[in-house]
Formats: sequence, C-alpha cells, structure tokens
Amino acid sequence: MTTKADERSTGAPVVALGTPLVGGSHERAHGAGTAGLTEVEAERSARLAAVRAGDVGSVHSWELVTAVDGPGTRLTVFLAGCPLRCLYCHNPDTMEMRRGTDVAADDLLRRVQRYRGVMKATGGGLTISGGEPLMQPAYVRRLVRGAKAMDVHVAIDTSGFLGAQLSDEVLDDVDLVLLDVKSGLPETYKKVTGQDVAPTFAFGRRLAERGTRMWVRFVLVPGLTDAWGNVEAVATYVASLGAAVERVEVLPFHQMGRDKWAELGMRYELDETEPPSVELVERVRGQFRSRGLTVF
Amino acid sequence: MSTTAVPATSHDEATTPAAWTGFVTGPWADHIDVRDFIQRNYTPYEGDSSFLAGPTARTTRIWDKLSAMFPEEREKGVYDVDAKTPSTITSHAPGYITQDDEIIVGLQTDAPLKRAIMPNGGYRMVEKSLETYGYAPDPVISEIFSKYRKTHNDGVFDVYPPAVRAARSSHIITGLPDAYGRGRIIGDYRRVALYGVDALIAAKKLERAELDMERSVEDVIRDREENAEQIRALGELKTMAASYGYDISGPATTGREAVQWLYFGYLAAVKEQNGAAMSLGRTSTFLDIYLERDLVAGAITEEQAQEVIDDFVVKLRIVRFLRTPEYDALFSGDPTWVTESIGGMGEDGRTLVTKTSFRYLQTLYNLGPAPEPNMTVFWSDQLPAGFKAYCAQVSIDTSAVQYESDDLIRADWGDDAAIACCVSPMRVGKQMQFFGARVNLGKALLYAINGGRDEVTGKQVAPVSAPVEGEVLDYDDVMAKFDKTMDWLAQTYVDALNCVHFMHDKYAYERIEMALHDREILRTLACGIAGLSVVADSLSAIKYAKVKALRTTDGLVTEYAIEGDFPTYGNDDDRADDIAVWIVNTFMDKIRQYPTYRGALHTQSVLTITSNVVYGKATGSTPDGRRAGEPFAPGANPMNGRDSHGMLASALSVAKLPYSQSQDGISLTSSVVPAGLGRTREEQVTNLVGLLDAYTLSNGYHMNVNVLNRETLLDAMEHPENYPQLTIRVSGYAVNFVRLTREQQLDVLSRTFHGAV
Repeated sequence: MTTKADERSTGAPVVALGTPLVGGSHERAHGAGTAGLTEVEAERSARLAAVRAGDVGSVHSWELVTAVDGPGTRLTVFLAGCPLRCLYCHNPDTMEMRRGTDVAADDLLRRVQRYRGVMKATGGGLTISGGEPLMQPAYVRRLVRGAKAMDVHVAIDTSGFLGAQLSDEVLDDVDLVLLDVKSGLPETYKKVTGQDVAPTFAFGRRLAERGTRMWVRFVLVPGLTDAWGNVEAVATYVASLGAAVERVEVLPFHQMGRDKWAELGMRYELDETEPPSVELVERVRGQFRSRGLTVF
Repeated sequence: MSTTAVPATSHDEATTPAAWTGFVTGPWADHIDVRDFIQRNYTPYEGDSSFLAGPTARTTRIWDKLSAMFPEEREKGVYDVDAKTPSTITSHAPGYITQDDEIIVGLQTDAPLKRAIMPNGGYRMVEKSLETYGYAPDPVISEIFSKYRKTHNDGVFDVYPPAVRAARSSHIITGLPDAYGRGRIIGDYRRVALYGVDALIAAKKLERAELDMERSVEDVIRDREENAEQIRALGELKTMAASYGYDISGPATTGREAVQWLYFGYLAAVKEQNGAAMSLGRTSTFLDIYLERDLVAGAITEEQAQEVIDDFVVKLRIVRFLRTPEYDALFSGDPTWVTESIGGMGEDGRTLVTKTSFRYLQTLYNLGPAPEPNMTVFWSDQLPAGFKAYCAQVSIDTSAVQYESDDLIRADWGDDAAIACCVSPMRVGKQMQFFGARVNLGKALLYAINGGRDEVTGKQVAPVSAPVEGEVLDYDDVMAKFDKTMDWLAQTYVDALNCVHFMHDKYAYERIEMALHDREILRTLACGIAGLSVVADSLSAIKYAKVKALRTTDGLVTEYAIEGDFPTYGNDDDRADDIAVWIVNTFMDKIRQYPTYRGALHTQSVLTITSNVVYGKATGSTPDGRRAGEPFAPGANPMNGRDSHGMLASALSVAKLPYSQSQDGISLTSSVVPAGLGRTREEQVTNLVGLLDAYTLSNGYHMNVNVLNRETLLDAMEHPENYPQLTIRVSGYAVNFVRLTREQQLDVLSRTFHGAV
C-alpha cells in the first residue's frame, strides 16, 4: 500500500507526543488502544455530523501516564490524525485519522470523571495529545469544556501548526500547553515536518500574550535538528516568549518507533540515525539554558 | 473478661516496676496488652527525615565483616551448616560476629551464616539439603528421625486422601507446607521487652488454670499440651538469653535492652522454626517509646539510637535457613520474610509513624539496600507528608520498600496488625494463619476443558466429566464446566490444608511463637490462587474473540488458536476486569463451603512471589494465547505486556479485586524506571507519593515498587559479583536479583518496564 508519506520528500510530521522521548527512559509500552471505551458505530452522514459537532472524535489510544505529559499523573488521550509528517515520528500510526477509533466525547469524559480522584491525589489532570489534537477542534472543545466543568487540570499537547483553530474561549479553559517546536529555521522545519514553522511561532506568541503557561519541547535528532543555528533559532524564539514558558524539554531521539513505520508500510528515513550522545544533548540543553530557561 | 494475668515483675513488686518509669499506665499494666501500652505512650512524629543519623564506624565495621562473607555464601549456596545438631532454642552455644563490637547480640547457631537443621518439619528436606551442599547427614540424627521420631511431613502423608495426592502431584494444588515449616505466624516479640519472660510465664500459667477448669475433651487437652509447651519454650528463651549474659526474666529498662529483649524473642523463634515466612511484626513504634524515653532523658544521642536499630537490622539480615534448591526456586532466592510493618494511622486518627519508623528505613542507607528485613509501609493518604516523602525517596533509591493499604487493613484487623510474609495481615499476638500456599486456577480451567484430565500428562486427576466438544469454545459451556471443576478443587484443597495443619500442630508446633500469643486467637485458613490473569484473559478471549481448541490424537486439548481481539485484564477495562473479580469471588465462596481444622476463618490471597515461573512451567497452553510452560504473571498482576494503558491503569484493574474476598492479601508488583517518575528528584518523590495515594484511595491493597532500569538488570545478570545488594521487588517480596535463577531473571526483564508509570 502506498501512502502519501511514501511520496513525500520532505518529511513526515508528527508530534512525537504520543511517545514522549523521556530522557533516561528506554521503553514505553505505548498505549495500545482504547480499552474500556466504546467504539461508536454510525452511518456515514450521521457520523460526519457528530464529528463536526465534536460529539465524536477519532481516538488512537488513552493512557495513564506520570511525569511526561504535564504535572502529576494524567489521563493522556491520543487523538488520531496529524497535518505534519515528521521524519522522526515515533507514532506514525497516529498520523492518519482513519486509523483511529470513533469514540464519543461523553464516553471519554466519563473516564475523566473516573480518574478525578487519581488526578486530585497526584496533582495531575487530562492531557489531550495526538497525533495533532487540533485536527479535531470541535472534539477538543467538547473535551476541554467537559473536563473543566469537573475542575480538572487540562493540558493540550500540540505542534501549534493548527493553533489558529483554537479559539480564545477554549484557551481560557486550558491550563497548560505542551508546545512542540520541531525546529527553529524555516527550512529545517520544512525538512523535518513537511510544513511551515510560522503558524507554530504565531501560536506560541499568542499563548505568551494571553499568559497561557507552556512547556516547550524540542526533539533532538542528530543530523536533522541538531545544527547549532537551528537550536539557536528555537532557543531565541522560546526565550522571546518570556515567563509563560515554564520549562523546556529537550527530548533525545531514539529508535523505538522504527518498527511501526515498517508495519505501516511507510518509508522511514532515519534508519541509520543514532540517538544523540550525552555530550550533544548537554550542548543543546546548554543553548537553552544560556537564555535563562529551565531546561530538562 | 480478658485474661488478666497481672504480669509480676521479676522482683514481684506490687508497685510499678522501675523499668516502666515514665510510662503512662493503663490496662496494659494489669494484663498483657501491648497495643494499649503503645497508644498511651508513643510520640507521633510529623516531621521530615532531617534528624536521621548515618552509620557509625562500628556499624560499618560489622557490616563490612559480614559482607566479606556473602560472596562465598552465594558461591556455595550456604556458608556453613551444623549438620549434627537439630536446632532448638537452646541447642547452640552463643554466637557472635565480633563479640566485643556488637550492641545487639544473638545468632541462630554459634557462628554467623552457619545454618542449622530443623528436622521436625520433615527429615527428607533436611537430608536433601545437606546432600545438595555436600554435608553428610549424621547417622544418629537420621536414625532418630526415621525410626523414633515422626515428623510433620510423615504425619501429613499418613492422612492425605488419594484426591489430594493426585492434585498435589499434578501441581494443581502446589507449594503446600507439608514438607517444610508453614511459617506466617508472628509472635508478639514486643511482649518480651515490655513484660519480661517471668510475667509472660505467669500469664500462661493463669491460662492453664482456666483450661484445667474445663472438661478434658480433645480440644481442651490439646490446648493444655500446647500451653505446657509454650511455658517450656519461655523457660528456654530465658536460658538462651542467659547464655549471652542477659537476664530477661524482667522487663527491659532501656531502649537498647528493649531491642535486645525483643530480638531474643524473635531469635528463639528462628532457632526453633524454619517457617516459610518468619515475620517480625510491628515493632518500630513500640521500640520508639523506649528510645524516645532515653533520648528525652539525655541518656543516648540520635546516633546511638540509630546504631542500636542498625545493629538489630544487621541481625535480621543474616537469619538463615537450610533449604533445598527446589524450595529456593519456588520461593525465589533464599527468603526468610522477616517482614516488619511500619507506619499507618491509629484508630484515633493519630499517625503511628514515629522517629523509629524513619530509623528502620534509614538502615537501607546505613547498611545499603537489602531484601531483609522486608520493610513494609502501611500507607494511607493521611500519613504525615514528611514520612510519605521519605518512603518515596527510599523506594526510588533502594526499591526495598513495599506498601500495603493501611485503611483496608485497619478496617478489618485494627491498628496493631502486621504483615506476615508479603501481604497477609494479622492482629499481632491475637491471630495466626494456617498457610495454604495456592491452587493453580490456570490448570483448573484446562481441566474443565479436558474433562478433568491433566493437559500435560493426560492423566485423569479431577473426577471424570464431559470435556468440551466441537472446535470453537463456547463461553457459557466453559464457564459451567470451570465452575464444577472449581467445586472439586476447593473441596480437595481445604481437605489438604486441614491435613497439613492438623499435623503441623501435632509434630512441628510453634512453641515460642504461640507462647507470645493470647490463649484465644483467631486462626485463618489462608487459601490462595495463582493464575488469576491467565484465567481472566482466557475467559475474556473465549467470550470476546473466537478460540479454537486444538486436540491431540487422543482428544486432549493442548493448544488454542485465537481469532480476533479481546479485552485483557490490566487496562482498567471492566469487560476483562469483571471476569477477574468474578474468579476471586467465586473461588472464595466455594472455599467457604468446607469446614476447616480448628474452626479457622476462610481467607484467600492472590499472591505468588516469583513462583509464577514455576506454576507456568507446570501448566499447558491456555486459551489466552500463553504458550505451555510460559510464566504466569506474579500475584494479581496483569499478564506481562498486556497492560498497555500505563502502570496506574494496570494497578486500578487490580484494585477492583475485592479485599473482602481476599482477606489474605492481593499482591501487585509495579516496575518503573526513575525517569518515569519525573524530571527531578523532587518531582519523582512527589509523583510516587501521588501514585501511592491514588492507588490506596482507589482501594488498592498492596504495591511493590521497583524503581530500576533495564540496563542495570542486564548488567547484573552478567556481573552478579558487582551487584550483591541489588534488590528488586517481586510480588510482595524483595529479593536479591543476583540470587534468582537465570530463568527468573529473564522473566523479571520481560515484565513491562513502564517507561512512564
């Protein structure tokens, strides 16, 4: 099967969020599936209407995670579909919306309800990730509003490429944005993701102006994103956002996602790429730190 | 009315003995009531760990000396054995590590790490162990225990009915304590320190007087004989202490004495019994009262208080029993389960955490991590923040702490309960259990499918019944058959346990441990199940996917082919989790149908240590896709790798199992790498505290927390000499990783390492 990704020369995006590359952790049994959620089966036009209204969304999986997708222990929901095609994508199976499972917003919110005690005890909350959650803005709006009504801490994990989709009204209910800045130089960003960096930069500035708290993430891929100038561009941009940025996470690339590309019949460009050396990771973290940012 | 022996002091004074100066008196002063003493006298500690002291040079010296002996022990399997002297409380001359350098004294034999023989449980086990390690059994001892003196093991096999024998040899009922000491009895060793031995003897004599007033019928006669043995054992305890130069007839007068007195009580128990678990109880807050009194009086410093605890823990770490390699394979390593229960909340809402609760955990730094004593924290979200943070920190640094739900235990057993072994709670000094090992429910399901035949041997083990017919397994049909098989299994199992414990009481009675109990005690018949997750997933596969039975030529179903997906236990998905709950409820209800020896209360555990490897080996392929011989998941854990929604989701599935139907405990082992808990140490501590709160608030009963990484374990497999102290927690117990078999090591590795909790 030929996918669009196979034909692309510049990249395959991704929000490597599905599988955050946590420094020091080796394997993350990635959330397989939507256990406990009920698949919505509807006739095509009814489905489209429900999706448009945000009642139904395409979900890749959910997981209870600690320390990776925001503070405390969180219910992280990975939505299916992404406009980017990051070369290093760790979860290429989240790129296409059609691979997800249709799940009713109310069903997901019942799970949020179930974990309210857990979230309270751990200082956690709900993180809406992907894929790119903003591919399904209506669904995100429903989830954010529903969670907030339960007084649950809400984070959105996004590349920012579709940030314009998120209204101020929705952002009012978002406590934290995990903003993935995949590169700083436009040409590198294009190479990595197949898309433009400008929308991401604009979204970050908008969040900073609103005072929405951010954790910025940067995936360090040797030979792809590690150039001094590229990192400088990210760091300069992030520093310009000011106090809204609480921390920067430099996530070292790893090869745990390689098999998924093969399984999906997609060409993987980074077969030969090694994880960054400790020295390289430190150099890059230093570039951020030198601007007074809190870096992990 | 409770037994009201006024514990006479050694000086027989009418007034409060000097040893109790400064203590608030109450009912405890008139009759044995350690809990009352604690409640009236302890000092809750709400602060953090900053007061703690490191090891003294003396502590380090002693521990280094022992550490230098461990490699040889590991190499040979045992360091040394006294093959000629059956162990009793007084059998061996005093032993020392470095006599003049020890603060707390007493060893099981006359030298450290020298193991003793304890033939009353079964002589074959002793002979086999000696042969394994190259020691010749003493001919005189052999003659005594084959010709003149019957053992527990002999007794049991005189009375087992054929059904039990068949179930036992096919491994559907397994691990029965019929050839070794049952253990899981906790003497209230605190009584020795608080009252002195003479007062305990006086109280036992009063109990005897009561028994003498009753008609001489069978159970009264047995009680009288046991009472006589208890009194005799208490006398021997005094004699043993005297050989070390201590008169423990009266109460302890200082903190150090309290530790020493208490330890003598425990030492007597481990000289007399090679029990599967020889747990210590709940001693830290009791001892804190004495240490605090000394500290307030300016008699000792914090460093000295810590040093006493360190030296005590050194002794607990070198408790040794002579066992066979098969036993060690079943129990993983060479465990003694010197479990100490720490912390918790009192019934009045005050925390039971004291400074000595911290001091016990501090030994994991002062002496380095170790599996023994088995540090067990009674966790409640109500615990003081400083203690919670310290526990989490110690877990992250050492992986040597396990957690039990204080709220669940307190509700059923009060606030002076302790854990025996891994997860078995009991009121200290008021309750004991008849340890029942477990049945293999995975095998039971296969028997149901095969009409009672064993899937490995083809032998008819359970009564003949109709095997499943046709190609595709039908859920209702399999459930009906499984239900019937469990009826048979429960009946056979309780039969077996009644035989075992009748004979254990008769031939290997725990004299000193029971001397440190009340006369009237609650006995539990602690049944257990293994293979919960295998059965839950198998039934789920049959229900939600299509499972085809593949038969051998003689009609035995030995393999299964699964088409389609099915929900699995461990993802907080009710479809699968409800099946697991059903299994626990159903088997418990069946167990309750059968009368027990001595009227014991039926209980059940979902616990397997790493014997899940052994059970898996003995079990054919199962309908969940697990292949013949592959390990089960340990305890109540979901199957390795099938819990894909995060560590806490996995834990929340386990938390659905009702404690009221598993009062002997539900074990969960969770592994996490440090980075999976947070970016900074502070974050890791906070997040682990949060997880433990979340789990216990969700009615989770028990959690082992392994904080490690895969590379460490791989390296430890290749270079065990570099990791003599690498402790990992497996299903209710911490073991030395390097002492596991290679197979067990690989199993640990294959378990889900949750990169993010």
